[in-house]
Amino acid sequence: MAAEMREPIESGCPDGFQYMHPVMRRNYGQWLYHEDPRPGVLVHVARSGEKVWTVRAGTQRILDVFTLRKLMDIGDHYGEGYVRFTIRSNIEYMVADGAKVEPLVKALEDAGFPVGGTRNSVATLSHTQGWLHCDIPGTDASGVVKAMMDELVDEFKGWNMPNRVHMTTSCCQINCGGQGDIAINVQHVKPPKINHNLVGNICERPSVVARCPVAAIRPAMVDGKPSLEVDEKKCICCGACYPPCPPMQINDHQYTQLAIWIGGKHSNARSKPTFQRLVAAGIPNNPPRWPEATAIVKKILQCYKEGARDWERINEWVERIGWPRFFEVTGLPFTKYHIDNWRGARTNLNSSTHIRF
Amino acid sequence: MATKHYPTPMLDVLEEGPWPSFISGIKNLRDNHPDERIRNVTNGVLGQLEHSYETRMGYWKGGTISVYGYGGGIIPRFSEVGHMFPESKEFHTLRVQPPAGNYYTTDMLRQLADSWERHGSGLQTFHGQTGNIMFIGADSKSYQGFFDEINEYGWDLGGAGPCVRTGMSCVGSARCEMSNCNEQAIHRHLLNNFTDDVHRPALPYKFKFKVSGCPNDCMNAIERADFAIIGTWRDEMKIDQAAVKEAIMKKAAEIGKEGDRAAGRQYMFDNVISRCPTGAIKLNDDDTMTVDNSNCVRCMHCLNVMPKALHTGDDKGVSILMGGKRTLKIGDLMGTVIIPFMKMETEEDYERIKELASTVIDYWAENGLEHERCGEMIERIGLVNFLEGIGLDPDPNMIKQPRNVSYVRMDGWDEAAEAWFNRKREEKMAAA
Repeated sequence: MAAEMREPIESGCPDGFQYMHPVMRRNYGQWLYHEDPRPGVLVHVARSGEKVWTVRAGTQRILDVFTLRKLMDIGDHYGEGYVRFTIRSNIEYMVADGAKVEPLVKALEDAGFPVGGTRNSVATLSHTQGWLHCDIPGTDASGVVKAMMDELVDEFKGWNMPNRVHMTTSCCQINCGGQGDIAINVQHVKPPKINHNLVGNICERPSVVARCPVAAIRPAMVDGKPSLEVDEKKCICCGACYPPCPPMQINDHQYTQLAIWIGGKHSNARSKPTFQRLVAAGIPNNPPRWPEATAIVKKILQCYKEGARDWERINEWVERIGWPRFFEVTGLPFTKYHIDNWRGARTNLNSSTHIRF
Repeated sequence: MATKHYPTPMLDVLEEGPWPSFISGIKNLRDNHPDERIRNVTNGVLGQLEHSYETRMGYWKGGTISVYGYGGGIIPRFSEVGHMFPESKEFHTLRVQPPAGNYYTTDMLRQLADSWERHGSGLQTFHGQTGNIMFIGADSKSYQGFFDEINEYGWDLGGAGPCVRTGMSCVGSARCEMSNCNEQAIHRHLLNNFTDDVHRPALPYKFKFKVSGCPNDCMNAIERADFAIIGTWRDEMKIDQAAVKEAIMKKAAEIGKEGDRAAGRQYMFDNVISRCPTGAIKLNDDDTMTVDNSNCVRCMHCLNVMPKALHTGDDKGVSILMGGKRTLKIGDLMGTVIIPFMKMETEEDYERIKELASTVIDYWAENGLEHERCGEMIERIGLVNFLEGIGLDPDPNMIKQPRNVSYVRMDGWDEAAEAWFNRKREEKMAAA
């Protein structure tokens, strides 16, 4: 059998230059500046004087081949056959002929792909796998994004925010996504439910014990079978034990909820990069449209839009107005769960008389 | 003969609204694809997804499969409810490495779509959170054939499991004036130096390289990469004074005060001068700008506001931060500066970055615990031990501020201080 198998060509990461627009290839590393003629459109000018226009459009990320071919047809008929994808799964079309921009924008909009996502807009939510194809998801991802972007599409297509807003979701607490200005992430509120009949056969028990960040799991004999038990008082419900040991089911139709975190910023612009901070929890995981989560997100965005100065990202706005005022203007409750309480938490406490009245 | 469609009342709701609908796309395959196999598998996956929406639970399980010769690169998915939705009881995902910066021709994407349609479900994603093209929905009979086909025309699997993962790079020098490095070259030199570690998972956990061409860090590298490469420069930023004047008047017009120089200047004070984190910029009375480059921290803000007037310098290179990661399991960690600056121009420079990466991965493979990211190991053993382990000297750029706890053994102080002065002397001689 093995003799018939084909040896892989370990080519690794392919050469990107073969897929770049010729103007980009020619002016590689020689760009001088860019302008933003309208939302969703960039024009970059090279030292040589050559220009390349970019049109950015939102997609559903989970693309079927029909939709992918539709996007390619648009690229061939209205663009110049060169595309790329952004980190947030927007498609970008690059053209050297500025006259092609408006027809390209129209073709995309007519086909249902909103053009936008540049500069001070709400960018497409980046998302994870969710119920569609993840093995440990607490919620869906594609559906949450679709439901929220339906409500935020005008903010995607406009330049109405003080600065860019990067939103993300994550469908478990391991968080392969879920970092940004606003993150909608899963929060489990009950310890895993253990199927003791299966643990001994399926799980490598020592590595599951080692996986727990708070040492709440220990080996145990349950009904005469080797299994694991959880100290439920210590358990922080993170679900880290679930991937290596599926019989430790962390997901629950009721106790898997959503939490909203804000102020994550990756750029070094002005302030140093920051982590996102918990602002709201206890939000029901409510498919197919998650209206409770969307309402909170929209409220935060509205307060940010009204209260922040130009160029302030969400974290910088809150830093300036203070957390007490953030909770006041958004109407979100401040609880004991917002207070970090481990050894390193001191850096998150106020050790000054800097208090706004 | 058309098979019965599983009802999808909850998913149907996601066909409404202005944003493109993934549900409509999957249904289109189910209803209109000429290949019965694709119609069936998409019917099954819609059925299972609807079941997830109704019960608020996920039903995929992992496992271990890969293509011949590799140990990873495929995310196995076996359905726990395969008896209810047998058409999609296997729904594996192939992770395929994109080019740095995610560039494609329409022809190439069509070719990939054609291959995928012959073997898989017809669903794909550009791109997953790690940065791979995700071909979602192959069964045990089909993934090898799909891989063999696309591998012949230049595509290779990415990483999955405890291994070097697929890298990510920003749009970079190909289109962005802010870029300070050749992301294409850095990305490929690093990733393709570790193809064995990408394809055969044998490390403590995942290891990610991400390249951002400037400190705007569009790839989120500092928070999300074990090895973050960020383009920067160390000479003076460039100021086009005529363009500064132009920007002032242009801003005035933009805020509805055409011709009002004072209003334009006020905008610059409010949005550029006072936003500089180190107070390094001055707007002079004659509308020129002066920058104290020795105190500029290359944050990028002023360049972002005035891309036509302000530009990066000529002495470009990269800063390298290590140990960034997301939540599991000790909480998020930002990367820490390990290399404040290195040039990235000559073959020797590229050899040096590859050697550095190899040293770090080897040290971590040797000392990291099972399932421990590099940043978690650094936190456990301390930055000093890590630096000694990889053979680098301490540098004040690595810290925000010196220690504030006095409980530390300092009997090696004299030697450490002498080593510092010796290094400084050598740097001076090398620069002379």
